[in-house]
Amino acid sequence: MKTNLINYALHLADTTLILSHRNSEWCGHGPILEQDIALTNIALDLLGQARNFYQYAAELMGEGFDEDKLAYLRHPSEFKNHLLVEQPNGDWAITMLRQFYFSCFQYYFYNELKNSSDQQLTAIANKALKEVTYHLRWSSEWVIRLGDGTQESNNRMQNAIEILKEFSDEFFAMADYETALLKDAVSINVKDIKAKWIQKVNDVFEEATLNLIPSNNSQIGGKNGMHSEHLTTLLSEMQTLQRTYPNSVW
Amino acid sequence: MMLLKKYYYGDYGEIEGGVSSNKSETEFPLWEVFIRSKQGLDHKHVGSLHAADVAMAVENARDVYTRRMEGVSIWVVESKHIHASNPDEAESLYEPSMDKIYRHPTFYNLPDEVGHM
Repeated sequence: MKTNLINYALHLADTTLILSHRNSEWCGHGPILEQDIALTNIALDLLGQARNFYQYAAELMGEGFDEDKLAYLRHPSEFKNHLLVEQPNGDWAITMLRQFYFSCFQYYFYNELKNSSDQQLTAIANKALKEVTYHLRWSSEWVIRLGDGTQESNNRMQNAIEILKEFSDEFFAMADYETALLKDAVSINVKDIKAKWIQKVNDVFEEATLNLIPSNNSQIGGKNGMHSEHLTTLLSEMQTLQRTYPNSVW
Repeated sequence: MMLLKKYYYGDYGEIEGGVSSNKSETEFPLWEVFIRSKQGLDHKHVGSLHAADVAMAVENARDVYTRRMEGVSIWVVESKHIHASNPDEAESLYEPSMDKIYRHPTFYNLPDEVGHM
């Protein structure tokens, strides 16, 4: 039970941390100042969520563990994030679509998680839901704006759909630790939110004049530590300071 | 033919003489942002930003100007809809009121019977 809960908390922490880091890579490179700030705000929201989950995991793991250790000193194969969030930023369209897919998932996910029997998870879900509601609105509008914009922006968005099509199914694949936590109503069954997610994506795509491409080659395994090479590159950069100068603090 | 020169808020100093409308098509238009704080009754001008449309303008305003809980309400208006007075006309616009001190209440002596007003 405890191991499963630790893994579950780490999965939620890793996913939000990695997307936060990807978004933060745009800091100083956004298309315009205002969008640079907007995406950095989202990165900070996700980082806050990650910290909450890491702190909870560290508390469960007991002495010798803290949030920094979990974020900065674990190997790629120990990370349990979705494969979607470690995908490279690509252009603005890919970053926006990745955010939209993820925020849409998070929105329905936290809506269920706030009924969890675990009070810590409930509290984090309640706090995060307000942030995610805005992320979903913001990213939906970008998908619509680009999809229903110029020929060029529509092409970019359609290209993003093609590139990310293999990665959305992992949202709805249960890892063993998730399944194990179901019987005590700690975790939620992600399969149950698939229909809502598809409905929302279809609604937004319709407004954006975009077509969802079904994938017959879904990539899963991130939640169990099987990652693409992109995560290794990301972590080696993100963890470099803590590994070069152990225990350094701000 | 006399062409009307347009002055945007913030033009003075940087772009003397107003802004012509031949802005690049790829550039987002400029918007002025007004925020009402929790205690305030009026929306106050806080600055400007770029956005492609009104939805983006409101969201950008939220992200740029309310990060520290500055406000409870946001107004945005495209800068081109704001008409400003011409700084070159300052003399004729404002100076005539300088020697009309009787427009200030302090010019008048109140009779004692009036008491505290």
